[in-house]
Amino acid sequence: MNQTTLRNDEKTIFALRELYRKYGYSQYKMSKFEEYELYVRNKDFLISDNIITFTDTNGKLLALKPDVTLSIIKNSQDTPGVVQKVYYNENVYRVSSGTHAFNEIMQVGLECIGDIDAYCLYEVLCLAAQSLRCIRENGVLDISHLGILDGLLERFGVESHDRKEIWCCVGEKNRHELAAFCKQIGLSEEKTAVLQQLTALSGRPDMVLAQLRQMPAVMESPEPVEELAQLCDALQAGGYGDMIEIDFSVVSDSRYYNGVVFKGFVEGAADSVLSGGQYDRLMRRMGRRSGAIGFAVYMDRLQRLLQDDRGYDVDTVLLYDDMASVSTLQTAVADLAAQGRTVMAQRQRPEKIAYRCLARLCGNEVQILEENA
Amino acid sequence: MKKMLNVVLPKGRLGEKVYDRLERAGYACPSIRDGSRKLVFENPEAGVRYFWVKPSDVAIYVERGVADIGVAGKDILLEYQPDVYELLDLGFGRCRMAVAAPVDFRDDPRRTLTVATKFTNIARTYYASKGRDIDIIHLNGSIEIAPILGLSDVIVDIVETGATLRENQLDVVETVVPISARLIANKAAYKFKREAIDDVVTRMAAQLEDSV
Repeated sequence: MNQTTLRNDEKTIFALRELYRKYGYSQYKMSKFEEYELYVRNKDFLISDNIITFTDTNGKLLALKPDVTLSIIKNSQDTPGVVQKVYYNENVYRVSSGTHAFNEIMQVGLECIGDIDAYCLYEVLCLAAQSLRCIRENGVLDISHLGILDGLLERFGVESHDRKEIWCCVGEKNRHELAAFCKQIGLSEEKTAVLQQLTALSGRPDMVLAQLRQMPAVMESPEPVEELAQLCDALQAGGYGDMIEIDFSVVSDSRYYNGVVFKGFVEGAADSVLSGGQYDRLMRRMGRRSGAIGFAVYMDRLQRLLQDDRGYDVDTVLLYDDMASVSTLQTAVADLAAQGRTVMAQRQRPEKIAYRCLARLCGNEVQILEENA
Repeated sequence: MKKMLNVVLPKGRLGEKVYDRLERAGYACPSIRDGSRKLVFENPEAGVRYFWVKPSDVAIYVERGVADIGVAGKDILLEYQPDVYELLDLGFGRCRMAVAAPVDFRDDPRRTLTVATKFTNIARTYYASKGRDIDIIHLNGSIEIAPILGLSDVIVDIVETGATLRENQLDVVETVVPISARLIANKAAYKFKREAIDDVVTRMAAQLEDSV
């Protein structure tokens, strides 16, 4: 296939699919519809809780799928010692925050479900980093471990209904409101200072990990810090050291997610373009014993970045008149096309079409009228 | 080449005050003082480019990444909930979001409360947290007139000195949330221009400490 036929976003999707296939992930194909009940039970897991529904001929309420992960989990099996690796490239239907209207969004991603070990974690993070590289040279993968803040809040005795506000402040790097809220719920200044310090911490893993290890409140339960350290070491050894950072503002709903969570950014896109994490808690809610980790690349957020440089719509516009026979015209068009040029035959110069060359068919001859550099 | 830091400021008094602070912090752009009607100003030497926009649009410019940082009132952030970092409370532009009602108003919890406001999201969240059933009327301005003419029972609006309320025989009934100007940043820009953004935050924070 001629590479120029593909749009930039299509090329990126193919590159991502090729990447995931190389690591043994198989494509997961699903229907456009799913039973509405699946989403109702896990509404908070979805980015938007607006879902397009309709009644099937048998009276069942169906939904145009707003998400792929829930369907994959629903069809997964708990087999000890086995890890299911799938990738998908599917349209989902959800309300975008900007337009407040339903959009069809192309989503590419992968899920790794089963007995998740340290290698699985590394592999998924490494594929997330490589996905960013497929999009742009300059990318940053922000990694966090929910267990660190979760553990602190547990040890500090913060009630579960107060935690949401704290997660929100940490996600916004909002230290001033975090301090105000901690005061409101009666948390000591010392504990507040620890949470504020964690909120501000972000940067290269070695620097952040060194600071974390200096925080006694965090190191009371060192497992999540060490898990993060082990993962970052592996990613650095794998050649991704220049693009990974630890940032605690990466927060995900702790009713579904646990452990490692991450977000990917590329220069030129206004928002994160990749998001993922471990979601063992969602698996439990759906009656599964095994663990899971995955991520999605949001192609809609890349639209502006991957816009094609339109340049020219066609190489040659070939003008003809009533004197030209179909066979001479066909021969002229075929000759130009055989030279690898795209040709548009027209009676008049078309408006709003950018062309490299404007030519006219005179008898059997093609005369060049205008050439654009 | 040094990356330009794109800063969006709210038109009006608040924006001018913010610019004064930024100028003092070393991010001057002398052409802003020329009194022109231009909306974009830049100073390549200081590595900064300023845009003036309507105050309620600041968060959109930052969220969509056209601006790297900006200054918006907390009222705008609470109302539109943009996905941005809120890095600093600048401590000025202080006022409060409040519920106000005619001086003789007595709330009857048995009936639905009619609330007129420009800030429907804030009002809805506030009354939902109190479990109060309300009927919201969205207005774009002159909110104070709504309870006077019987359009609503109360209003939810920004109160600075309370003078306008008093002139219209209204009183503050409850404070919803205190408001002040906040320095916000685009999340992706923070990854790629972090040093420059942290620098602005540090210098602005230092000015806050000096003024205490």
